[in-house]
Amino acid sequence: MSGEQRFKYVGTRPIRHDGLDKVTGRANYGADFTLPGLLHGHIVRSPHAHARILAIDTSAAAGMPGVMAVITGDDIPKTTARLMMGEGGFDLGDMGDNLLAHDKVLYQGHAVAAVAATSPELARAAAEAVAVHYEVLTPVMTIDQALAAGAPILHDGLTTKGQPAAGVPTSPTNVAMRMELKRGDVDKGFAESDIVVERTFTTPMVHQGYIEPHACVARHGEDGQIVVWTSTQGHFNVRDCSAGILGIDAAKIKVIPSEIGGGFGGKIPVYLEPVAIALSRKAHRPVKLVMSREDVFRASGPTSGTKVRMKLGAKQDGTLVAASASLYYEAGAYKGSPAGAGAMCAIAAYRIPNFFIEAYDIVVNRPKVAAYRAPGSPSSTFATESLIDEIARRLNMDALDLRLKNAATEGDQAPYGPKFGPIGLREVLAAAKAHPHWTAPLGANQGRGVAVGFWFNAGMNSSATVSVNTDGSATVVAGNPDIGGTRVAQALMVSEELGVPVERVRPSVADTDSIGFSDLTGGSRVCYATGMAVIEAARDAREQLKARAAKMWGTDAAHVGWDDGTAIPLNGAGDRTPLTVNEIAAKLAHTGGPVIGRATVNPPMAGPGFGLNICDLEVDKETGVSRVVRYTCIQDVGKAIHPSYVEGQMQGGASQGIGWALNEEYIYDREGHLENPGFLDYRMPVASDLPMIDTVLVEVPNPLHPYGVRGVGEVPIVPPLAAVANAMRDATGVRFTDLPLSPPRVLEALATD
Amino acid sequence: MPKLHVQTSVNGDTLDFLCEPAETLLDVLRNRLNLTGSKEGCATGDCGACSVLLNDRLVASCLVLAAEVDDQRVLTVEGVARGDALHPVQQQLLEHAGLQCGICTPGIVVAAKSLLDHNPNPTETEVRFWLAGNLCRCTGYDKIIRAVLDAAATMRDDRSRVSA
Ligand code: FES
Ligand code: FES
Repeated sequence: MSGEQRFKYVGTRPIRHDGLDKVTGRANYGADFTLPGLLHGHIVRSPHAHARILAIDTSAAAGMPGVMAVITGDDIPKTTARLMMGEGGFDLGDMGDNLLAHDKVLYQGHAVAAVAATSPELARAAAEAVAVHYEVLTPVMTIDQALAAGAPILHDGLTTKGQPAAGVPTSPTNVAMRMELKRGDVDKGFAESDIVVERTFTTPMVHQGYIEPHACVARHGEDGQIVVWTSTQGHFNVRDCSAGILGIDAAKIKVIPSEIGGGFGGKIPVYLEPVAIALSRKAHRPVKLVMSREDVFRASGPTSGTKVRMKLGAKQDGTLVAASASLYYEAGAYKGSPAGAGAMCAIAAYRIPNFFIEAYDIVVNRPKVAAYRAPGSPSSTFATESLIDEIARRLNMDALDLRLKNAATEGDQAPYGPKFGPIGLREVLAAAKAHPHWTAPLGANQGRGVAVGFWFNAGMNSSATVSVNTDGSATVVAGNPDIGGTRVAQALMVSEELGVPVERVRPSVADTDSIGFSDLTGGSRVCYATGMAVIEAARDAREQLKARAAKMWGTDAAHVGWDDGTAIPLNGAGDRTPLTVNEIAAKLAHTGGPVIGRATVNPPMAGPGFGLNICDLEVDKETGVSRVVRYTCIQDVGKAIHPSYVEGQMQGGASQGIGWALNEEYIYDREGHLENPGFLDYRMPVASDLPMIDTVLVEVPNPLHPYGVRGVGEVPIVPPLAAVANAMRDATGVRFTDLPLSPPRVLEALATD
Repeated sequence: MPKLHVQTSVNGDTLDFLCEPAETLLDVLRNRLNLTGSKEGCATGDCGACSVLLNDRLVASCLVLAAEVDDQRVLTVEGVARGDALHPVQQQLLEHAGLQCGICTPGIVVAAKSLLDHNPNPTETEVRFWLAGNLCRCTGYDKIIRAVLDAAATMRDDRSRVSA
């Protein structure tokens, strides 16, 4: 199918429609919005990692000049409601307790109260005047501490869901979930293996690191109607979470998304909006809440720190025969780490007949984790791809050949259940073999690593409309915040269907009142699922235009064809002169009125994606400092709508992964205080840390999408952890199993080696 | 505490404002002058999203007290384009898709303009080190660096055309 498709607009690289506003500073982000009478909110946060709240005295704060409202957990109802999303969902009780703690604080920075005042300074002063009395408890900061016998328990009511381990009490516990994936006979598989490799790997808790802190404005009207302006990955999600947590109708809330300054999964949960609504309700004035960078680090995001014990067995010829793994993922303060996804992704790239994987979701006194690009996959893949590298070395096999020998392909049953449709892993590996980087000579103190990565990608719900204007230009409206160029991609799809040049298509992101329900911008789903809705809406508009052409010709719509923006007569329509979109559009008022194409979709599945990274690392053995000197990303993208933005996803994901591998980590002291909640000490890659990042787009069309699109946003962060560590192994001879590969750690390992 | 009266030039406009002694230039730009193009990513001088030029020098406006700009010249991202004509850095960022979310872009535009004002022919390494104070989490910098190098090249071409 799609392999045969020819495109006129799709695959070109026009300038994005929203670009000018962004290079001139005109684009409005979360913190840029204001209203007359605006109040400024400030959140009171816990100094303790684990404590019981004995009392909160807000009277002094409430009596201060300019203070219009003070709220606590009492203003956020306790709920047991859940909000479904795709296969999973949100526990609104946990989310509400995370917004403003009810009984206990579960991490340093946990919100306990909020104030609204006439200026940010007054709000801050009032927040300091809120007196909170705590009974400080012993914090549980690590997986080992959480699992230890007699460990302090975070949640009294927590029980282990899923498939609890035999012989271990399911309550009281800090294990929120355990799951298993298995196939074949794993013991027999290892017995038949010629070589077996086994190690334990750890990855640190890291933050998504978006540059824009969370920010919103909420206005609660006298009639109970609520408007929220916010920076979010999903404004429908903000609406429904706020409604569910506060116990009000979704129809009472309108959420208007601002431009969004990065999210990577971290702007999916609500942290501020329901609090701003509750403050506004009490103060009868609009309220703005903006997080500081320190708040962002302490109380939003991050993704799980992990420990993965993994074992792989292979035949002498490189055939993988058995795998076993135990995955432990920190959930932070509330259940919900991506341990399950980590398990499902861990060996998805390979055919392994015998495996047993168990995964644990473990609560600790750290911020509740949020999604971070392919959540769960990078950490388990780090283990797998490090061990695959080790097998290649032990067998003296080319690292790509070993992967090719075992690579999953169409028809193989994925470890998590379904059979793979057409997937591009082999094509990606072949592209790596053919790439000059793979065979380029290395310099002194340099090493090369390679790794692959997998992510499912998501489908879910999307809505779109396409309107044709009387001058023949078009408007496309969808419900997904544009976090990296999706508007221009949607305009390209409309151009492709209607034949209207892309600069004559206006793409726009609508608020919750102005477009049908749309799930969030995440799961690499916007170009795929929302794209599907846009294409269907454009096709709907095109059919209507054909019907109008038929009317103008006095013939039947069945006799009208379409070719690149022109209605053409088919057999039966005689020798009518073709009509362009412009000509049909000019007559809309006389042929039946406006034309609006619309579509809603909810694809249950998406085409999974595979990527591969090649990393050259140079290591200074005197200082332990390492530098990426060359980097190549290869990925099956299905079909690139706007290739520049697809490349950008690959380059951005790679650099986040490089940061995770080399520098980034949450550092806590023994009391559970975060020691590096700022960009100076939480060291993300800067321009001078990185080389150019080469990209190769492999296009194996996804049959589930009309153009063959696969999600591309998440796969890029999966391979880098192991690609960098494998390069470190190549450069130094040392196998590193604990990230980040910071200079002190590298020096220490080189000294003891 | 009485407010301070500050007279200054912002993007070529002479204007004055009242501010608290402790207020930063970034806060005044955003909250009092409605120039929200400069962004706050950290307020500690570590991200560069608030970059402006103060008397042609690149500074983090979150680290400058508003009172310090009395009688000085400030250029923000809003003043970089001339009428309809984008600065070559802005144009090349658009051509190269050198922005994804765009929150870092105002700071990158100001910082890169400042680099090219000082050094019309920078190497890739010079661009990378000059922009090392401007965090971008989305792009991996590749397309930004290419955009700045191409902007430098177009500016050199324009200059040689003018002088020829
Ligand atoms: S806000 Fe000024 S450097 Fe980050
Ligand atoms: S484009 Fe998002 S931070 Fe640079």
